[in-house]
Amino acid sequence: MSWTKKHLLDIESLTAEEITTVLDTARGFKAVGERAIKKVPALRGKTVVNLFVEPSTRTRISFELAAQRLSADIVNFSAEASSFKKGETLKDTALNLQALNADFIIIRHSASGAPHFLSRVLDAHVINAGDGAHAHPTQALLDCFTIRERKGKIAGLNVTILGDILYSRVARSDIWALTKLGAKVTLCGPSTLVPKTFERMGCRVTHDVDEAIRDADIINLLRIQHERQRKTMFPSIGEYTQLFGLNKARLAKTRPDALIMHPGPINRGVEIDSEIADSGRSVILEQVTNGLAVRMAVLFLVNGGKVPMDAAGN
Amino acid sequence: MSDTTVILDATAIQRALTRIAHEIAERNEHSTEVALVGIPVGGDHLAARLAKILTSIWNHAVPVGILDTAMHRDDLDHRVAPTVHPTDIPFDVTGKTIVLVDDVLFSGRTTRAAMDALNDFGRPKKIQLAVLIDRGHRELPIKADFIGKNVPTSLDEKISLLLTEAGAAHDEVILKKK
Repeated sequence: MSWTKKHLLDIESLTAEEITTVLDTARGFKAVGERAIKKVPALRGKTVVNLFVEPSTRTRISFELAAQRLSADIVNFSAEASSFKKGETLKDTALNLQALNADFIIIRHSASGAPHFLSRVLDAHVINAGDGAHAHPTQALLDCFTIRERKGKIAGLNVTILGDILYSRVARSDIWALTKLGAKVTLCGPSTLVPKTFERMGCRVTHDVDEAIRDADIINLLRIQHERQRKTMFPSIGEYTQLFGLNKARLAKTRPDALIMHPGPINRGVEIDSEIADSGRSVILEQVTNGLAVRMAVLFLVNGGKVPMDAAGN
Repeated sequence: MSDTTVILDATAIQRALTRIAHEIAERNEHSTEVALVGIPVGGDHLAARLAKILTSIWNHAVPVGILDTAMHRDDLDHRVAPTVHPTDIPFDVTGKTIVLVDDVLFSGRTTRAAMDALNDFGRPKKIQLAVLIDRGHRELPIKADFIGKNVPTSLDEKISLLLTEAGAAHDEVILKKK
């Protein structure tokens, strides 16, 4: 057992062993979701706050269910209905939530570094549910979980991430996690959205989509993050679909056992053909199921670590 | 210089399991109602061995499951998160006599967690407890029904079960001074 961290802020600061611990732990929690009684008492009496300053549906609901299945109480806090509108700072909002004895703060924020900031000013456990274009650690962990469950391993696999890399926190966290676990990561997309600077993170960058997906074991598609782009980075959506969208003709050139992943929300007919999204090659909905198990595991793991382990194993 | 004593060797472990199996058979008249559930790490392998012996006594297969107790522990706030092992109970526990199998009975807290966890799978008719070693120092009103060996210990000692299924060179139960 190798988890002693109080928070989950990013993937960069985790070791390969810590990532593997989360994946191993999540296996047990996935089984809980398949039982008649989908609840365990591990976090009974704890309070979890979903502090979502940026909109999200699937991640928020996933964390909400994860907390409930661990028997914790959970409060949802969204930007629209909050005092942010009245000028309260993030720090004051978080301190107020902590004053209500919140044990865990799950934060989604448009500013990179917001969760790290909170972890310095709060006593509560802080879990990053996505900050700007910086990190989305639980997404990377659920992607790794899905790949490992389907392929039996991660080391040595060819993983291609296709789409808007520049503005994607999912891509950054995926790159960290996958390279730490020994996968070979290829990035592909329009040159404006996939700059060569990403090679410094230990991956390969190409702008030739057919070459990028030819030998891939995993093809991870990302949507175009219109909300984060300051100006249009490519001529048109139609052109993007034509040049980089995953259609049947392109899929035919991939390995027959290559899996299609997508963190959602998917834009059918843009980055992925509707038929492919619904096909047996797609594990998009499995990712959603696994996300719940991974988030239960993360809550379970960060809850520990207050006292050094008592060696009395029996 | 580590202070290690072998409490049970391979032959003694197998003999203890054979005796426990016969005691389980003697106690439970309706053999088809009995299922074994092992608690990892250790108890799962012991449950599989007991099932094999019971199968030869009863001449029918005995269901075996694995039950992890990590999510039901009462000390989760006071320690590093425990390892979560896969739980696998491939039969309906409702109406069955479940024999929980653990390697070492100590505080009794793991047994309590196991009974709690088992409840999520149904309502057994009876729950019995079989352990290879009872080392004393109970913190809860829990008592084993079947015991391989009673070993009086002090709190600064540690008992470990080594089994070939878990990669050990040979089966052994050892006692170590911490």
